[in-house]
Amino acid sequence: MTVETRVLETPNRPDAVATPAERTTPRRRRRLPFSPWHLLLAPVALLFLLPFVEMFTTSLEPASEINKFPPSFLPTQFTLSGYTRLFAESDILHWLLNTVIVSASAIVSHLVLCSLAGYGFARLRFPGRTFGFLAILATIMIPSQLLMIPTYVMFARLHLVDSLGAAIVPWLASAFGIFLMRQFFLSLPAELEEAGQIDGCTRLQVFFRIVLPLARPALATLAIFTLLGSWNDLVWPLVAINDADSFTLQLGLTNFQGARRTDWSLLMAGNVVATLPLILLFLVAQKQFVATMASAGLKG
Amino acid sequence: MTTPALRTRPTTDTEPPQPPRRRRSAAAREGLAGWGFVAPALAVVLGLTIFPGVWALVLSFQRWDGFSPPSFAGIENYQDLATDASALAAAVHTLLYTALFVPASLLLGLALAVALNRRIRFIGLYRTAIFVPFVASAAATGILTTYLFSPQFGIVNNVLRVLHVPPQGWLEDRAEAMVVIVVMSLWGQAAFTTVIYLAALQDVPGDVLEAARIDGANNWQTFWRVVWPQLAPVTAFVGIYQTLQAVQLFDLVYATTRGGPLDATQTIVYYLWKTAFQNLQFGYGSAIAYGMFFVTLTATVIVTLVQRRAGRNASR
Repeated sequence: MTVETRVLETPNRPDAVATPAERTTPRRRRRLPFSPWHLLLAPVALLFLLPFVEMFTTSLEPASEINKFPPSFLPTQFTLSGYTRLFAESDILHWLLNTVIVSASAIVSHLVLCSLAGYGFARLRFPGRTFGFLAILATIMIPSQLLMIPTYVMFARLHLVDSLGAAIVPWLASAFGIFLMRQFFLSLPAELEEAGQIDGCTRLQVFFRIVLPLARPALATLAIFTLLGSWNDLVWPLVAINDADSFTLQLGLTNFQGARRTDWSLLMAGNVVATLPLILLFLVAQKQFVATMASAGLKG
Repeated sequence: MTTPALRTRPTTDTEPPQPPRRRRSAAAREGLAGWGFVAPALAVVLGLTIFPGVWALVLSFQRWDGFSPPSFAGIENYQDLATDASALAAAVHTLLYTALFVPASLLLGLALAVALNRRIRFIGLYRTAIFVPFVASAAATGILTTYLFSPQFGIVNNVLRVLHVPPQGWLEDRAEAMVVIVVMSLWGQAAFTTVIYLAALQDVPGDVLEAARIDGANNWQTFWRVVWPQLAPVTAFVGIYQTLQAVQLFDLVYATTRGGPLDATQTIVYYLWKTAFQNLQFGYGSAIAYGMFFVTLTATVIVTLVQRRAGRNASR
């Protein structure tokens, strides 16, 4: 994990890969009281924030303000009507609860199953170990849309379709998670576990008391991977859930978007409800999010 | 009870060798423990990939609407696919998106990584601002996109108006819709390539840069002649990875244009979803999925082989 978290730390060589602007003659640099990189980075950063700023301000604006022509850049009036109407006219809290259930189950199951399997593949010897691990690796190559149709039929036969279970089951474990945990356990020194075994701990005790507490960074990476994937998933709930009672946030939102095309303050309020939890979490745990991004791309 | 191996070893020196039965049971116990650890996750992952993967192959040779009994179709689905104008158009749209998105995302990620790889004030804020869109879902991004690029109310056309540029149709314009989707994909995913390149930049050995500087190279030369070649393996990896993601584009299309206007943004996966889950052609849908899988797999293998050969030639 150290490789990934380094990204957030400042490099020890500040101008390691400095490019022309920075290098220009010292004369030029003395003229600017700050690094010229600010001239590039500040506008770019604002541009990246702009959609979120628009999302928040629009969710708080009255329709008269939004539909004004020509539109104004800065809002002058604020109202909570977008939110009050959102809670009155949609089941957003119900969708939110569904998504929380799906993501929480996914994370718990993912962490337990993938760390167990990762540990098994990294440390235990058993017949079929290499074959099992290669089979897991091979499945990473299979694109998800190839599996969509038969998985849907399979879930329909198991009466999972239209229930939250349909959204949860695909997230119980993943090849990526097993691989990630195995690599992490391989990097741990085995001495600690051997000491535990000599002290008479069982395999499971060693795993839960000694190994898992050491695995916190890898578990955080995996938890964020699972959270982002299950919270933001759209295509699979769209296929497997048609019953409004089991709508997830993303599914409810897109449905609502179809029904309320241009009721922007309402739609943006819904967007805020769906996105704000992840934004806040990102601000709190940016380091772990960056580690997750570095260990694999997700988000299709 | 758990560590028979450790406990029996010291005794073998002084006592007669363990009876083979006992040793086998110790190995069996270790084997059982191993399978106990891996079996649940293995069952989930293989059960949700290998089994449906094989089933999809079988389905691709059938006609089936999901309700009535399936009938055998031989290779008809694949023959239909080869002459399906909609599938061809969808492939072209997907390639257009990929050809725009992948190079743009590599260049943007590289540029942002270079810009962010320094110790200046506010650098933490800049990083946060550029990385945070990564958490936005496709559904949320889609709703945002339709608003920002709305021909009447959108801020983009508002900016154009101030600059005295005529307003554009954006998502409602056949020629512009895919570009808008590319731009918003970049907004959401720039963080990924940036993070990867940042890590790679920090792995470039300092003495190499020092040597280049002593040899009189300016920063521009140092970057393109020394740093950029060092990044080649990362570029190859990210390029392949982003391409495999790009050809699967679905969510953002669903959340913005639903394939329109006039199918201009209908991608392969969108067409596959429509075929299977709106027209209930499970057999034909599976053939589309396998056709696409076959093409991407072949392309990936060829690209990887070519790259490996190029790498070997370069190192020679």
